[in-house]
Order: sequence, then C-alpha cells, then structure tokens
Amino acid sequence: MDFELSEEQVMLKTSARDFLEKECPKQLVRDMMEDERGYSPDLWREMADLGWMGLVFPEEYGGVASSFLDLAVLLEEMGRALVPGPFVPTVVLAGLPILAAGTEEQKKQFLPKIASGDMIMTLAFMEPSGSLEASGVTVGATPDGEDFIIDGTKLFVPYAHVADYLLCATRTKDSLDKEAGITLFLVDAKTAGIGIEVLKTMTGERLCEVIFRNVSLPKSSILGKLDQGWPIMKRVLDEAAIAECAWMIGGARWALETAVEYAKQRIQFGVPIGSFQAIQHKCANMLMEVEGATAITYYAAWAVSKNAPELTLAASMDKAWCSDIYKHVAAEGIQIHGGIGFTWDHDMHLYFKRAKASEVAFGDGDYHREKVAKILDM
Amino acid sequence: MDLSYSPEEEVFRQEVRGWLAENMKELPKWWNNPGVLAPEIDSEEYRQFSIWWHRKLYDAGFIGIAWPKEYGGRGGTIMEQVVFYEEIARHRAPGPFNAHGLGWVVPATLAFGTEEQKKRLIPKILTCDEIWCTLYSEPEAGSDMANVKTRAVEDGDDFVVNGQKVWTSGGHYADWAVLLARTDPNAPKHRGLSYMFVDMHSPGITIRPLRNITGSHEFNETFLDDVRIPKHQILGEKNRGWYVAVAALEFERSGAGAAMARENIVRDLIRMAKETKRDGQSLSQEPVIRQKLAQFYIEVNVSKYMDLRGLTHLLREGRPGSEGVISQLFGVEFNQRLQEFVMKLQGPYSQLVRGSKYAIEHGRWQYNFLRSRGNSIETGTPEIKRNIIAQRVLGLPR
Repeated sequence: MDFELSEEQVMLKTSARDFLEKECPKQLVRDMMEDERGYSPDLWREMADLGWMGLVFPEEYGGVASSFLDLAVLLEEMGRALVPGPFVPTVVLAGLPILAAGTEEQKKQFLPKIASGDMIMTLAFMEPSGSLEASGVTVGATPDGEDFIIDGTKLFVPYAHVADYLLCATRTKDSLDKEAGITLFLVDAKTAGIGIEVLKTMTGERLCEVIFRNVSLPKSSILGKLDQGWPIMKRVLDEAAIAECAWMIGGARWALETAVEYAKQRIQFGVPIGSFQAIQHKCANMLMEVEGATAITYYAAWAVSKNAPELTLAASMDKAWCSDIYKHVAAEGIQIHGGIGFTWDHDMHLYFKRAKASEVAFGDGDYHREKVAKILDM
Repeated sequence: MDLSYSPEEEVFRQEVRGWLAENMKELPKWWNNPGVLAPEIDSEEYRQFSIWWHRKLYDAGFIGIAWPKEYGGRGGTIMEQVVFYEEIARHRAPGPFNAHGLGWVVPATLAFGTEEQKKRLIPKILTCDEIWCTLYSEPEAGSDMANVKTRAVEDGDDFVVNGQKVWTSGGHYADWAVLLARTDPNAPKHRGLSYMFVDMHSPGITIRPLRNITGSHEFNETFLDDVRIPKHQILGEKNRGWYVAVAALEFERSGAGAAMARENIVRDLIRMAKETKRDGQSLSQEPVIRQKLAQFYIEVNVSKYMDLRGLTHLLREGRPGSEGVISQLFGVEFNQRLQEFVMKLQGPYSQLVRGSKYAIEHGRWQYNFLRSRGNSIETGTPEIKRNIIAQRVLGLPR
C-alpha cells in the first residue's frame, strides 16, 4: 500500500514547476489572453522538446510510455502555471482516443506529430445545447458514396482556430437509443466548408464556434467504427474530467499558498491578519478542500492508468469535488487579499476565473453527482 | 502509487475473514439486527458482551497486531492492523474494547515507558484484564488542557494528588487511568505537568456519574482527595507530561478501517432512502436528496483517499504526519452531517426513540445522531484543530 507519488513522479513535478516558473510567467499568461493565437509557439516547442506532449504515448509513436497518473502530475503543474494553449485538447481530447481506437495508420499519422509538437488538435463535441449526453450530438454526417458530408454547428471547441485536425463527434444514424449511431471523424481543419469563429471568454481561453457546411470527408477519417463512436467518447469524457481536475488542483493549491503567504505579511491592527482566527479557519478549510481534491484526483488518475472498472465512478466523484472546491478556494483567495485581490493586476482573478471555467467543463458538481447517483443505482 | 496489498497482507485478510465467518455465529441475536432490541449501550450487559468479544479477538491474535510479542502483541505490521479493521468494518463485526487503553496508553507507554512499565501495563490492556480511562480534562481545563490544576505533591516514594477531573469516559468501570497533574506550580504552564498511571480503586478517588445528551451514562466527574501514586508510576520524565500527552494525542488512529465504517453508513443511508417512499416515489429519486446522497458518497471517498495518504506517510516515516489532523477533522464533521441527514430522511419518525412503537431500528440512529455532537468536542474541537492546521501546517502566526 503506497498512496503517494513515486520518486520519479516527484521529480517530474519539480522539474515541470521549475521550468514553468521560468518559461510561463504570469505576464505570458496575460499576453496570451490578448494574443490572436492564444498560445506561445516557443513555449509549445519547448514543452514538446521536454517530451510532455508524448508523455503517455508508446515509444513507437514518439512517446515515453508514462502513465495517466504521470500525465496528471504534469497537468497539475501546468494548471498551477495556467499554461495557455491547446495542450489538453491536443494530448487528452484527441491524442488519447487516437491511441485507444485508431488504426495503425492513424496512430502513425497523428501520434508522432503530436509528440514532436508538430500537430495541434482539438475535440469538437459540444453543440449549442450545451449537453454532455449522447443525445446532444446532432451534427449530422450523411453518406455520399465513399465519403461523408458533415453539416451543423459545434460550440465551445477549444483552440479550433489553430488546430490542424479536429476530432468531431457526429450522428450518422438516428435511433431511439441516442448512444447508438455516433461516429467520430478526424477532420483536417483545412477541409473546405469549415467556418471557425473565436468566442470571447472570461478566462481568455480560446473557445470556438465551428460551423460545418457541406464538409466532405473520406471514410478513412473515421476513428473507430461507424455508428460506434460513443464508447470512445465516454472514455474521452471521463479522462477529460480527470485531466481537468489535475489542472484544477494545481491552481487551487497556488491560490491557497498565495493567500496564506499574504496573510502572514499583511499587517492590520498592528498584527498580521493571518493571526486572526477567522482567517486561520478560512485557510484551514481551504487546505482541507485542496488536500481532499489532491487525494481524490490522484486516485482517479491512478484508476485510469490501471484501466480500473470503477474509473467512470472515480471520474465523477473527482470532478464533482474539484468543481466545488477550486472556485471556493479561489474566491477565498480573493477575499483574503482584500482590495488588491479585486484588482486586474493581482493574479488571483486569473485563478478564480479559471476555477469557474473548469467547473463547467465536462460537467459540473451537480451533473457529476447525478452520474454518481445513477452508477450507485439510487 | 500502489493501492494493492501484499500477498502476506492478503493471506492475513483471509485469516481474519475465516475467523470472523466462524466466530460471528456466536454473536448474540441482537448484534447488528434491527429487528431485535439490543441492551442499552451503557449497560453492564453490553459491557460484558464487549469484553467477551474483545477476549475472543485477543485469543485469535487480533489485538495489538502491530505491537511487540514480548508485551502480548502479535508482532505484525501496521498494514495488517489496517486490514483487520477493514474486515471488522466490512463484516460489521464488533471491534476491540478498552479504547483508551489501546488508543492512548499503549502507544504512550511504548514511546515513553520503562521496560518494567511496558511489561507491567501492556499485556493486561491487550487482554482487557485491566480497563483504562483518561484523567485529563478539568472544569477549567478543556481545550486549554495545559491549564490543569490537579496537584501532585512529592511525599517520600509517592505523589499525593488532589484535584478534580471531568468527562472521565468509562471512569465508573475502569481499573486504571492515565492522569495529567501539576508537579511544578512554579514552572511555565506547559512545563509543570507530569503524566502518571493511577489505580482507579485507590483510596481517595470518588467517581460521580454524568449523563450525556443521549441519556447514557458514559462519562463522569472524578474527585481525587489525597490519592497516593507511587513515583515509579510516572510515565516519561517529571514535568514533561504535557509532551507525553500531546504525543499520545497524535497516535490517534484514523486509518482505512474508519473509512470503510463510514462507507457502510453511507450505504445504509442510500438503502434507507431507496426503501422509504413518500408521495409515491423513493426518497432517493427526489432531486435534492439524491444530490445530497451522492455528495456523501463522494465525501466518504475523498476522506478515504486522504486517510490513505496519511497512512502512507505513517508507513514511510514511522509516525503520523501533522496532516493527519486534517483527515480527523474532516471525518468528524462529515459524520455529524451524515447523522443529521439520516434524521432528515426519517421525517417525523426521526423523533421516535428506543422503546417507542414505530421507532426505526430501535432508535439506533437517534442515539448515533445525538452522540455525534460529542465527537466534535472530545479529543480536540474543530475550532482548535483549525487553529492547529493553520499554525502548524500552514505556518500562520499565533
């Protein structure tokens, strides 16, 4: 029994933190909020050179065959640094399903390029309904000879405007069972008929509207099997939720540590405000929440790395907990800082906004509590 | 990260399971059977039952699993102890008795005692031949435990002790007690206390029962009038008793067994919600209740994995980390919220107590609900624990 990070994982974490403290300072994060692309190609290149993109890919595809838990540890540090850009969309939302369900050809086509930093990808799943269910997939892909024609609108697609390829969830067959008849396509972003508009978000993250008009795709661009894409999507959504949580616990811990540091230094009424019991109790509660989030996230990531049967339950427990606590910790982070916590210049609002965005990504607390209820057959 | 158990630990698990399968047949009909009325929890009958079962566990080698054989323990590992408590919880079997003896006195004696003290005290705690209580709190010394005024004056080979203690759980049937008393009234508060063993049958000790809000007699007031305690019954050094007491506090077990017991309660809660119908549907189908039930399940798991991180720290470092207090705090408040929610689910039936017609499961939830209010007061309040977390773990200034 050993419920702690291994020495190698601690080393990965420490080296990632040191690297990001230097190469992804808050000024870069702020600059990318205004930047057209929304990410730094230099930083992207450096992360690829460190092997981060291919971390969990097998060696034959340019990776180092690390585990999902190793990736979670890395994501925790990236979340702490608020690394801007399509890392998670490329690696987790597209890379992992290609690894899991791709043909040998597809894996060879995409994974080495992702690992080398030469391929940016994203997932086009959600639609204007905002649903995370299979029934929310209505963008149609109709057969046309050997090809398929995609028509419809996807929304909230991260970094579609810089993606080389999009993994797109479509409906290829209508039936009473909405989980049947979903097909995933690997779509070249340069294909004619794709219109992308970047939305303005609170965090500066580039979420996009992607409109497909008569977009023609060859059969070979199907990932997995025709009409049988939903099981792949379900796994993606579980892994995405846990990846999001890993990102969240990194940010939450930054917010906690920064608030505690401030409370030690800020003098009011002749003493550090950190000596006031109200502040001490706030910080103790924040620590309890962050420690809980870290424990459940490591467990959920471990469950993915073991392909444990309970990983869907683990993902929902994890996302429910983290969705609630990150925003709370960040809100208290602002509160403890008083007036300056409420300024644009202080970094706390970057975390507070990220906390809210992460809360709704891939299902919030209420959504995942309901999933837990269903799994437990309540 | 490895959540598995070693082959040896699994072998031990099978041993425990096999023993439980055989021996639980001997439990009285009322054990874990909502259909049959159990004796009152503070009755002599319940106590004798607890001691009888404890001794069966002892004979099977399941008491003091991680403690040295030379003092009556099994000489096993911490993980085997964890496995044992998991199986007890899983099977909803009774656990060991003599909680203060096992939980406080043995660890403190192992850490600070002389060889003679270890040999004299530990074996009889493990067999339950000597039952222990603690004499720490006083009317003026609750959270401020160092404010102890009970005075121990040297007189020849003894200390003569005068004072008053309160909240002495089990004092009315205990054979021995650990006592915190002031041996140097001139030293700074924390450095004038000594930690001693006292025979509860000593002349001069008077015990007066107190009733808690459940109606049970669990704790007492204890008066010490010129009680003689031989000097060799001091544990650790004279005037260093505060540090012994604090160290003993840190040894409080949480561990995986506690997490499994909490999981049992949550599963009971979910079952209760599924089986109770109101206005034609199960309570577990009602949206607000459903969300709350799911959240309890999530919290039980968050708590379990926090505990496992704490256990890993203990296994790696040999002592619990200061983060253990976070797990403890979470567990106590979680249990209180859980018990409160059970009352809510029972609706008007929540008012019916043991002995009443229509009472649910003989009012055991009513007892648990009321008793849970004491969990946040005994062994350190959440207010104090939050101060400790803030100051010792986060380094915030006093």
